Amino acid sequence: MKSISDLLADHPFFAGLPVETIELLAGCGENVRFAADERILTENDPADRFWVLRTGRVALEVDDPPRGPLVIETIGPGELLGVSWLLPPYRWTYDARAVEVTRAVALDAACLRDKCDDDPILGYEMYKRFAGLVRDRLHATRLQLMDLYGNDAS
Amino acid sequence: MTRPDLSATAAPAPMTPSRYRVRWRRQDLDDTVTLALEPIDAPLPSPESGQFNMLWAFGIGEAPISLAGTDGDVLIHTIRRVGGVTNALGAAQPGDEIGVRGPFGTGWNLDRAIGRDVVVMAGGLGLAPVRPIITDLVARREEFGRASLLIGARTPEDLLYRDEIEEWRSHLDLDVEVTVDSAPATWRGDVGVVTRLVGRAPIDPANTTAFVCGPEVMMRFGATSLIDRGVPADEVFVSLERNMHCAVGHCGHCQLDALFVCRDGAVLAWPTVEPLLKVRER
Repeated sequence: MKSISDLLADHPFFAGLPVETIELLAGCGENVRFAADERILTENDPADRFWVLRTGRVALEVDDPPRGPLVIETIGPGELLGVSWLLPPYRWTYDARAVEVTRAVALDAACLRDKCDDDPILGYEMYKRFAGLVRDRLHATRLQLMDLYGNDAS
Repeated sequence: MTRPDLSATAAPAPMTPSRYRVRWRRQDLDDTVTLALEPIDAPLPSPESGQFNMLWAFGIGEAPISLAGTDGDVLIHTIRRVGGVTNALGAAQPGDEIGVRGPFGTGWNLDRAIGRDVVVMAGGLGLAPVRPIITDLVARREEFGRASLLIGARTPEDLLYRDEIEEWRSHLDLDVEVTVDSAPATWRGDVGVVTRLVGRAPIDPANTTAFVCGPEVMMRFGATSLIDRGVPADEVFVSLERNMHCAVGHCGHCQLDALFVCRDGAVLAWPTVEPLLKVRER
């Protein structure tokens, strides 16, 4: 059975980090499993962790009572769930639900923030990686907003 | 005196349409239909995947439509009804006659990917022009490495060829990813822009050939995503769409810098296309 360190080392987000850094981060982690349709996080709840997805798929949703939940985006293996833990007020912006059975490593946010505060080099590295993640998602969201297929023709 | 049998003559000049009859018609989406066209006159030369034909709605006009497949001499075209000509073509019923000129332009040339991993990325109606690649890929699977099909659409209801996508998904050696830009919670598939699927494709990027088709802006960001992943730029091929009129490189309506897209394209390698797509129109 793989350790938390092994699972993090296998994940693209942590690619290239030294073994000792991975082991340091793994100290904040635990293995988790979500059943299909299980709620993972809820809008406005405290953002006290994030998830390194290993298998399965998670839908980010906004609940619009007249229409029901609207899926904004789905994320899967090799991706991360949750960035609101990075900055105050540390609250989730959306809901998230497992679309299918999903396995992940959950990393405790307060634990990780403490380690980043204690080691600014680690903190800078983590924030650079998360900045890249946020940039990629912002870019993808902008493309979604363009309604790419609205007027195409063969 | 016996009248000459004009239908038995050789292939007509490129500006002369040949008569085809609608053998069957399938309503794919509210505004999109697929027609199977069988020759009345001598059949046109066999097209390559990626090429296009000019389809005539007699008395109305003609439009360039990419080939979505063949069945012997039968041509299969998928048409979105967006204007007068395509509305008339899309309204054609079995037995109706349609004029066809072609085939024109360059093809995908799947052979260039033999021995390599293959990514086919399609968005919206762009799935139609790459459909022949996918059917070839499935039929000749052992000639290629890993194969990924990345499909994007606006909503689940806008997905083209749903039955065929299900069939492609049944092949264990073909990775098929489908994503839509927006969906209700009842949709069990992916939501997000199609370019995000590139990161999931199980490929060796340096040994991958990619075929990309869809709206121009999607192809631009799709090609960039593939190249960022490590796919060589000269192994990324896109299919351009321009205002084709003559289809033989004379009229200039489809001119893009020094290229006549109807003749030099529509399929082109990304290094040729990239600088042209950055030219801003005034």
